[in-house]
Amino acid sequence: MAQETVFRVGLASCGIASGSAPVFERLNSLLAGIPGARLQRAGCVGLCFHEPLVEVERDGARYLYGEVSPEVAERIVAFHLRGEGRVEDHLVASTVQDAPENGMLARQVRIVLRNCGQIDPERIEDYLDRGGYTALRKALGMKPEEVIAEVERSGLRGRGGAGFPTGLKWKFTRAAPGDEKYVVCNADEGDPGAFMDRSVLEGDPHSVLEGMAIAAWAVGAGEGVIYCRAEYPLAVRRLQIAIAQAREAGYLGKDILGTGFSFDVHVKEGAGAFVCGEETALLASIEGRRGMPRPRPPFPAQKGLWGKPTVINNVETFANVPWILIHGAEAFAQHGIGRSRGTKVFALAGKVRKGGLVEVPMGMPLRELILGIGGGVGEGRTLKAVQMGGPSGGCIPEPLLDTPVDYESITATGAIMGSGGMVVLDDTSCMVDVARFFLHFTQGESCGKCPFCRIGTKRMLEILERITRGEGEMEDLDRLAELAVQVKDGSLCGLGQTAPNPVLTTLRYFRDEYEAHIRDKRCPAKVCSALVHYRIDPETCIGCTLCARTCPVGAISGERRKTHVIDDGKCVRCGQCAPVCPVKAISVESP
Amino acid sequence: MRPAHPTADDRTALATILAKYRDGRGIAIPLLADIQRQFGYLPPWAVDEAARALDLPAAELFGVATFYSMFRLKPLGKHVIRLCRGTACHVGGSLRIAEELQRRLGVAEGDTTEDGLFTLQFVACLGCCSLAPVMMVDGDVHGRLSPDKAVQVLEGYRARKGEA
Ligand SMILES: Cc1cc2nc3c(=O)[nH]c(=O)nc-3n(C[C@H](O)[C@H](O)[C@H](O)COP(=O)(O)O)c2cc1C
Repeated sequence: MAQETVFRVGLASCGIASGSAPVFERLNSLLAGIPGARLQRAGCVGLCFHEPLVEVERDGARYLYGEVSPEVAERIVAFHLRGEGRVEDHLVASTVQDAPENGMLARQVRIVLRNCGQIDPERIEDYLDRGGYTALRKALGMKPEEVIAEVERSGLRGRGGAGFPTGLKWKFTRAAPGDEKYVVCNADEGDPGAFMDRSVLEGDPHSVLEGMAIAAWAVGAGEGVIYCRAEYPLAVRRLQIAIAQAREAGYLGKDILGTGFSFDVHVKEGAGAFVCGEETALLASIEGRRGMPRPRPPFPAQKGLWGKPTVINNVETFANVPWILIHGAEAFAQHGIGRSRGTKVFALAGKVRKGGLVEVPMGMPLRELILGIGGGVGEGRTLKAVQMGGPSGGCIPEPLLDTPVDYESITATGAIMGSGGMVVLDDTSCMVDVARFFLHFTQGESCGKCPFCRIGTKRMLEILERITRGEGEMEDLDRLAELAVQVKDGSLCGLGQTAPNPVLTTLRYFRDEYEAHIRDKRCPAKVCSALVHYRIDPETCIGCTLCARTCPVGAISGERRKTHVIDDGKCVRCGQCAPVCPVKAISVESP
Repeated sequence: MRPAHPTADDRTALATILAKYRDGRGIAIPLLADIQRQFGYLPPWAVDEAARALDLPAAELFGVATFYSMFRLKPLGKHVIRLCRGTACHVGGSLRIAEELQRRLGVAEGDTTEDGLFTLQFVACLGCCSLAPVMMVDGDVHGRLSPDKAVQVLEGYRARKGEA
């Protein structure tokens, strides 16, 4: 195919939210009928902060453009097809010329995300062109035990949070007696601040299906279920398309590739409950019940779905499997350190310049990830901490950022690797408020089965709320620490066992912030609204009345051209006045 | 908004749904989802009726309905606002937006405005963290919000109602 020019538009949820659909439409009409030009729909390449993204590929050379509007799309077409004009101002990365984000991409290793942003997730042909389903073919030519041994040797561990060795889990399931077995994919992705699994499902759904089929062969399962959260409608739709195509092409269903092996998959939508990400709760939910965890053992490998032996793995775990089968365990294990091999995908967000999806070899120091890839925090801000592992994880302070991303090192800090949510915090983030935020979340999501989780998290939340209101006492800190231990010890599942982590890590590394709230009634980051006051500097105010007109509660008074004042009793601390002041006369203070 | 008392059509619609679920296993969630799709919410009479028809304890169906945040026992407004309260949105100031929207709409989380135009919901994470703070109105995501920008977005929906 000589000189074909491919235009790819990122049409994952984040791209669509940034306006990539009209860009796709414009390109569609511009490129219609032009020979040698092809328009392709693609998933997320991870540079979310530059969305909408359009990539142009010609003769193996790639040009990625960011912040593309329909007008910019016209310029891209004019430049690449007719050599007219220039679009360098929108170029963010390229394989053949200097571009601002080349360094960001060069530091990454793409195993899980190998196809994301490169293929049309709604076309199985694209997946096949990139070697899709050859791993399944290869696996079916091996003995199940050999497949398991290969996965074991790769060192792959579960990417859903706990990091259990995947090969071992498969071995247990294979060894469990019974003819009827299941493979379940955990696509519940409940951690707030995490969107890795969504991106894989939206950008490369076949890689997950292929991983599941290989697992099914390895453990001897005939049926698979993907439990996907209902908040991801696009992921569900693309999975359904992919399943239908895979069935049609003979990679799923009866007698796969003529080997006599049968395996089929269907999607089960979640109904909105964080605890359903926990494996036993997830199984209860698939069975149509309230998603309440149960004690283990028996583990799902022995007694899982409908009481039958079941393998449960995370989306990212499955997406790794075909790559391992094709490239070999050694190639996979070559990345990483210690007992953490391969790569990990992170959703980088929060107070970081270049938020998005990144995939790095295990063992990369956090600092390199946040500064080298994420570009650090905004102008004039200082990096304070990074939150890893969501509500089950913790805050790692800036001085510890040389910690490598591997399961054991992250756990040693008091945080956890988790599923990959990574939220960067700077000096405008209050650590007590962050702890309160997560406790509010886990307290609300506790299923209520274990009293320590149900009531203990509530008591902890009340204490934290008191502290953020400036009504805390020093003894509260001991109470928090004590409750934390009790909730951890008295809970059946990971939700309660890890819920205190955000509190424990902030207490450990940011005790001074707690003390400032309690002793000085001061919020150093000026976040906790009960402890801050807005003030207009009478010297600077020009009496333009803008702030008074912006205030939603009428707390600002003053005549035209005269100094304005804020009634602190009426002020609701919404913060809308400060940004509108043309002379920056309004400041936030915490005593 | 639908009346609390079912019409004959409502009953027929429910019967059609129930016919699909005779003696299946693990049916509670998809069954309730189907009922909710039909009526926009879970009318208590329909849940009771379903329990009777399928010979399940009503408590089991209500137990499932109240466990999952997707299910609601009250009708929704014309537009559903889903304000993201995920971590990235939180550190980006979504609490201020939440407060402002509650103030402007005069409703608490989960409630519907008196004119039936908006229902305000807080959700755990929409997975659009790089656009934080975000909210979804019906199917559309609006990102990089501030309190006043969020209000403007809603004004847009209100104006559209005027046109209609
Ligand atoms: C409260 C709670 C929520 C969880 N949420 C998820 C989730 O959203 N996705 C996931 O893959 N694993 C989640 N897990 C972990 C699962 O229980 C299980 O360990 C995982 O699905 C196993 O797959 P893996 O070995 O491939 O990681 C959660 C665990 C707990 C305790």
